[in-house]
Amino acid sequence: MTSAETGKLALGAVCVLAAASAPFFSDGYWLSIATTAMMYIALSTSWALFSGPTHLIALSTGAFFGIGGYLVGSGMSDYDQGFWTMALIAPLVATVLALLIGLATLRLKGVYFVIFTLGLSEMIRNLVSWVQNNFLGSRGLYVLTDFTEAHIYWMLLTVAAVVFFSGWWVNRSRLGFALRIIGNDEEVARHVGINTAWSKVILFMTTGFFAALVGAIVAPRYSYIEPNVVFSPQLSFLVVIMALLGGVHRLWGPLLGVIPFTLIWEAITISFPASTTLFLGLTFLLIVYLIPNGFVGAFETVTGRIRK
Amino acid sequence: MTPGDTILKVNDLTKRFGGLVAVNGLSFDVQEHEVMGIIGPNGSGKSTTMNLISGALKATSGSIVLEGHDLTPLPPHKIARFGVARTFQLVRILPQLTVIENVVAGAAFAHKPRWGAEAESFAAALLDRLELGDKKDLGIGSLTYIDQKRLELARALAAEPEILLLDEWLAGLNPSELQIGIELIANLRREGRTIILVEHVMDAIRSLCDRCIVMNSGVKIAEGTPADVLSDPDVIRAYLGDD
Repeated sequence: MTSAETGKLALGAVCVLAAASAPFFSDGYWLSIATTAMMYIALSTSWALFSGPTHLIALSTGAFFGIGGYLVGSGMSDYDQGFWTMALIAPLVATVLALLIGLATLRLKGVYFVIFTLGLSEMIRNLVSWVQNNFLGSRGLYVLTDFTEAHIYWMLLTVAAVVFFSGWWVNRSRLGFALRIIGNDEEVARHVGINTAWSKVILFMTTGFFAALVGAIVAPRYSYIEPNVVFSPQLSFLVVIMALLGGVHRLWGPLLGVIPFTLIWEAITISFPASTTLFLGLTFLLIVYLIPNGFVGAFETVTGRIRK
Repeated sequence: MTPGDTILKVNDLTKRFGGLVAVNGLSFDVQEHEVMGIIGPNGSGKSTTMNLISGALKATSGSIVLEGHDLTPLPPHKIARFGVARTFQLVRILPQLTVIENVVAGAAFAHKPRWGAEAESFAAALLDRLELGDKKDLGIGSLTYIDQKRLELARALAAEPEILLLDEWLAGLNPSELQIGIELIANLRREGRTIILVEHVMDAIRSLCDRCIVMNSGVKIAEGTPADVLSDPDVIRAYLGDD
């Protein structure tokens, strides 16, 4: 390991410690916003692990997140399981599902992949609602724990730290390099000896795992879980937009998108609760037109010019 | 270097695209340390043959065997791991990677995989040999056309292939670049590499190939030394027509 890499790890550790102290300085409103931000940091960063290098925009985060929340709710309400058991099972279920989705979508490219993941998420949402309403009693699920907001915040911070560490590890591994080659030219990737299918599936499974884990951890926050709410398609879009806003070609890019977006989003939902979707669409247009490579891309262009 | 044992056996290879038979019952052998040319008019099935060997296309029937391994049913990445490396008819380099990363890409997943510092120094040495050493940390946007061609060749060589497929690697070079390009492949030949090249440049065929096969409409119409096949009446007819 080079000294630069050790430095990066040390910096990461300092950031995690600083973030971990947040609940001691604020509670209530600001802690709640910080918890939401931490949730999106974990989701967007793990989303970018797959979609960043491959340029395959996956709109399935909501489905995996939903599986996490729903399984925790269902397990605790209907089957008398503990939170920790379900929080362990849920990501594993999501990983297996991601494997199946990955195998089914291997040959899809570009917009077909986007539509497929979106359609599939909707299908899972409706399927779970249907099963819940017809066979398991049409009621919501209660997730009652002793966790405070600070506990949830710390758990999410731990997940986010693990996501960052995995991303750092993948980026310096042959797997990460393979993903970058696939994103550049899949035909070349195959011809230099990369098993493109498995490389993509492994990363997709990783994002599925983390999204479900986050969904499981956040479930106690809602207390009352309804499939239609927890399998939120809007969440899939929010994760993509925040990641793109920050920039997906650097590990810390999505982080820079999540923090300002969470604050603005909070203000928007309070002031204009009826027009959030409109705002979401506008933001997406602005990002695509004005900062296609996100804040990180814009920042690097500017510093590149100064250096010249 | 004198050709050694047979390394690649292509037997009765056929590829149909719907009603079109692009390659029709093609058979040939390639010996170790040999440079074999595939020539023929446009649309005669040369590039299809290369794509069948590298796995980009699946054969309809027939077989391709490299050192006892049947490559015919395998996907490209497995074929690459048995030691087949190629360049593409239209140059394909990885645009968002640096020059040296493009070469490491060729080494990292191949049949003799290299990674980390070892891959870096191996790639740097290859780039030096191809006179790209001073550009190794640049993006590929700054490369001229022949440098892009060199880079693609370096990526293929980084795999240390048992057999190297060059699909019109000299196409599109201007006359002075062409001399450099021919000299480069001549060096590879002196090193004893096994190469199949598809080429339209007759000077290159004459000076580089130990042996050629000539294809027309998917069928092999001649095989032998470049001098022999280029004076074969069937070959002249295929290129120039009957009159």
